[in-house]
Amino acid sequence: MSPTISCNSVYKIFGTNANRLLSESNGSVDAKKFQEAGCIVGVNNASFDVNKGEMLVVMGLSGSGKSTLLRCISRLTDATAGKILIDGDDICLMNNKQLVELRREKMGMVFQNFALLPHKTVIENIAFPLQVKGISTENSMYKALEMVELVGLKGRENYFPRELSGGQQQRVGIARSLAVEPDIWFLDEPFSALDPLIRKEMQDEFLRLQGVLNKTIMFVTHDFDEALRLADRIAIMKDGIIEQLDTPGNIVLNPATDYVKKFTEDVPREKVLKIESIMDAQDPNASDTLEVSKDDIIETVAEKILNSKEIIKVTDPKDKSIVGSINPSKVIKVLFGG
Amino acid sequence: MDRNYIEIVKNSKPVQFGLLIFIFLTLYFLIPQSENNYLWRLPSLLKGIPLAINNVIFNALYEWFPLKVWDPVFEMYEEKAAFREFTKAVSQGLLFLITVVRELLLGGDKIIDVFVNDAWLKENDWLSWPALPWTATTVGAFLLGYQLNGIRLGLLGGIGALYISVFGNYVPSIQTLSFVLITTPICFVLGLSFGIWGYLDKKVETALQPVLNVMQTMPQFAYLVPIIALFGLGDHAGSIATIIIATPPMIRNTILGLKRISPEVVEAGLMSGCTKPQLLFQVLIPAARRDILNGVNTVIMQCLAMVVIASFVGAKGLGLNLKIALNSLKIGKAAEAGLCIVIIAVILDRFTKAWADKQKNYFENLSFIQRNKFLIIFAFSIVIFSIVAFISDGYFDKINYLYVIPIEKGLTIAHFIDAGVDWVWETFFYSLNSFNKFLLTQVLGPMKQAYLGMPVIATFTLAMGAAFIVGNIRTALIVGGMLLFIALSEYWDRALITMYMGSFAVIMASLNGIFLGSIFGRTERGGRILLSFCDFFETFPSFVYLIPVIFLFNITDTSVLIAAIVYATVPATRYTVWGLKSVPLSLHEAGTMSGVSAFQRWTNIEIPIAFPTVMLGVNQTVVFSLQMVILGALIGTEDLGQIIFGALSRTKDGAGVALTLGIFVSLIAICVDVIVRNWAEDRKKALGLA
Repeated sequence: MSPTISCNSVYKIFGTNANRLLSESNGSVDAKKFQEAGCIVGVNNASFDVNKGEMLVVMGLSGSGKSTLLRCISRLTDATAGKILIDGDDICLMNNKQLVELRREKMGMVFQNFALLPHKTVIENIAFPLQVKGISTENSMYKALEMVELVGLKGRENYFPRELSGGQQQRVGIARSLAVEPDIWFLDEPFSALDPLIRKEMQDEFLRLQGVLNKTIMFVTHDFDEALRLADRIAIMKDGIIEQLDTPGNIVLNPATDYVKKFTEDVPREKVLKIESIMDAQDPNASDTLEVSKDDIIETVAEKILNSKEIIKVTDPKDKSIVGSINPSKVIKVLFGG
Repeated sequence: MDRNYIEIVKNSKPVQFGLLIFIFLTLYFLIPQSENNYLWRLPSLLKGIPLAINNVIFNALYEWFPLKVWDPVFEMYEEKAAFREFTKAVSQGLLFLITVVRELLLGGDKIIDVFVNDAWLKENDWLSWPALPWTATTVGAFLLGYQLNGIRLGLLGGIGALYISVFGNYVPSIQTLSFVLITTPICFVLGLSFGIWGYLDKKVETALQPVLNVMQTMPQFAYLVPIIALFGLGDHAGSIATIIIATPPMIRNTILGLKRISPEVVEAGLMSGCTKPQLLFQVLIPAARRDILNGVNTVIMQCLAMVVIASFVGAKGLGLNLKIALNSLKIGKAAEAGLCIVIIAVILDRFTKAWADKQKNYFENLSFIQRNKFLIIFAFSIVIFSIVAFISDGYFDKINYLYVIPIEKGLTIAHFIDAGVDWVWETFFYSLNSFNKFLLTQVLGPMKQAYLGMPVIATFTLAMGAAFIVGNIRTALIVGGMLLFIALSEYWDRALITMYMGSFAVIMASLNGIFLGSIFGRTERGGRILLSFCDFFETFPSFVYLIPVIFLFNITDTSVLIAAIVYATVPATRYTVWGLKSVPLSLHEAGTMSGVSAFQRWTNIEIPIAFPTVMLGVNQTVVFSLQMVILGALIGTEDLGQIIFGALSRTKDGAGVALTLGIFVSLIAICVDVIVRNWAEDRKKALGLA
């Protein structure tokens, strides 16, 4: 099956001579040289795929080009060079009409500062993408009511954005982005403007929604912990370049560059790694009474494993088949180092 | 001397300004006053400009692009200039629209006349649209206010309309209203279109900026003569003058509002799948709604501020009545007409604001009658009151008071006001008179002579030097270029008088505003009250300010200056309060913990931080003062305004003179603006507020 989103050598360079400079550089772009020529490199040779139902988190500090990359893929800005395929169609070659069509059918986006229309109520904001599509007011209002319930804002349909808290506003933003039932869901630092407690709550809510909806997601954040919590895979960006793209476990265990290492150093591994990443092959001596899932985070099952003092079976949660075994000594190593 | 020390002195603004003033004074006293000395006065090389403008207008009207037009009376083709036909069409269109609204409300047969045979209409004198009885209008005003924002706004509308009707100002008020109702939508559409265009195309915005600057700083009078030349006299001419004055703020507000929309909101619109028109009409314009509606509000206020000035080119209504009353020194009548303008302004102001905040409920599920109950009640009241008024026709012998109460039969308190004025006059005559005399002989007279005795080279040094110190060489050249344009005309002395009056008013108004703002703006509550006072005073059309001062100080510079000072104090106060509000709380706390006294807090913390904002207020003060100073020409001063005003009665080169001098006044304002704005920006950057 072909990937839902596929990027191939995507560049985004700001500045008047961007195109000329890029064609002269033959693909190896040096940010410093470009800056001297009056150009700023936003995205530098990004290539990756996102599969259907997968959540890719793009993580980077401010100015790393992560939001720019997202905007190239949603074509809110035009990429300077490269191919961006959505379900096999190159979005860079689409005309305005096709683009509008694509966004109406397949895409939803959530913004950092919520970007609600200030003149519309909660329900009107959520119904907006449906209305621009030409769906009747009555039908779009019913659909919007459904979304209001989904994000837990029932009873506040007629509030204006200014009357809601930040968390509630972002719930509206989420509901709006989901109203047209898109396949692809873009989230641009959706929880960064929220308080830490609310942020945690919204992340849980987001995981719950994703459990139900199973969308293809690109999620941008500057918060490494958030990326670890949510991602199937993480892309870490710096100065427009993707430094490493891998599963959270692999990134923590094997940081590809010194830059990535700075993020992973202080991460408590037991909180990130799944049993899968430290399990051994199947072992006939394994205990019959206990088993853990390969997707369990180590911290959550550590007590159970250590108490048993035996080798424990590891199962695949999908079909309950046995895929490996785990030795308590491995868990101790992760927990206490050495 | 230490090189560092020299650097510091060179870069110190106070030292630079000190040096500039020293050079200025040296030039001032060294240059001899002689007509042949170009350092004293420049030769009037640009004398021909007014005439050239006139020739352009004349050619446009009578010679360019001749079209063959069929003349039905002489049954032959006639050669007529295309431009002339165009202005004619515009005039007739506007006049028609104004007449429609007017006749719908006041009755008449002019509109019917357009559609039927003239002779037939004369034979059937029953064929006339009936007037809307003032009773129905009052009910309508109440209902509209009630629906918009509850009983209080309803009462404001109802009582306002009742007052206007009972005091006999119904007819002129409706005439003024019809004028506003036609002019406002035109300004709205024009302003919105240009604003959107400017927002979408950076080049258009860059081109619009200087045009808007000139349009907004040009005295309203300057437009009148060219308008008469192009469009003739009448309500439509007044309407066109108003459109020229009121559209620029609408354009500015639209651009400002659209620019303030967060880019994320635009992106959200795009990601929702908006097409370009959908994005414009469903996202951009509604998201900028508040600024756009502020623009509409400004347009309405400008329309009302213009009614008196529009009456000079033939607009009927309250403005005309006020002008006539002022000309014949009937203060009471003038005050009553002025009050009606203020009432209409306040009602329209509150109504549009309430309309802007109105919201819609999707889940009410109301029946047709419930949804339109106010409209239905209004329709009923029109029918009932019309029938009552029609039936009681026999009861009144000449005037049917249930339709319209004519002005000479209405209630009036004019004689009370007149008596009050007389009393003030008699009681305070000596003190007022001696104050007036003192001001004229001891302050204003010498100040005027000082300005007139200024060699042209000294003026240029001062203005360009100041521009250079706060900006750069480019700023200095811009200011110099604009002044040069005036200096090369034959009106430099007049311009100096305008500058003298303007600068006196600006200094006094700024001091007043900073004083008031600093006293009351220090507390949250005081600031709020002061700002609502500013709102209230700003709804007064500029003309209203002239009424009381004329009666206290006669027709002298004092009257005009006091009106200008009061008028211009409003923006200075407003911006001072805003500036003080912008001082962060943490700085106040830091000050308190450092143990500052109230005065130290003001001089060391509040004023420096608020300075850039206050300077923007001073900028506004300049425009306001100049407007009033020029308006003062109406009651007789001897600056540029007087010649602009005089041009109204000059046929040959009136239009050219008025436009040229209008641009001069505008250039003076823009010069000050350039210097002050640079200064404010500079301070802002220095304080890290940019």
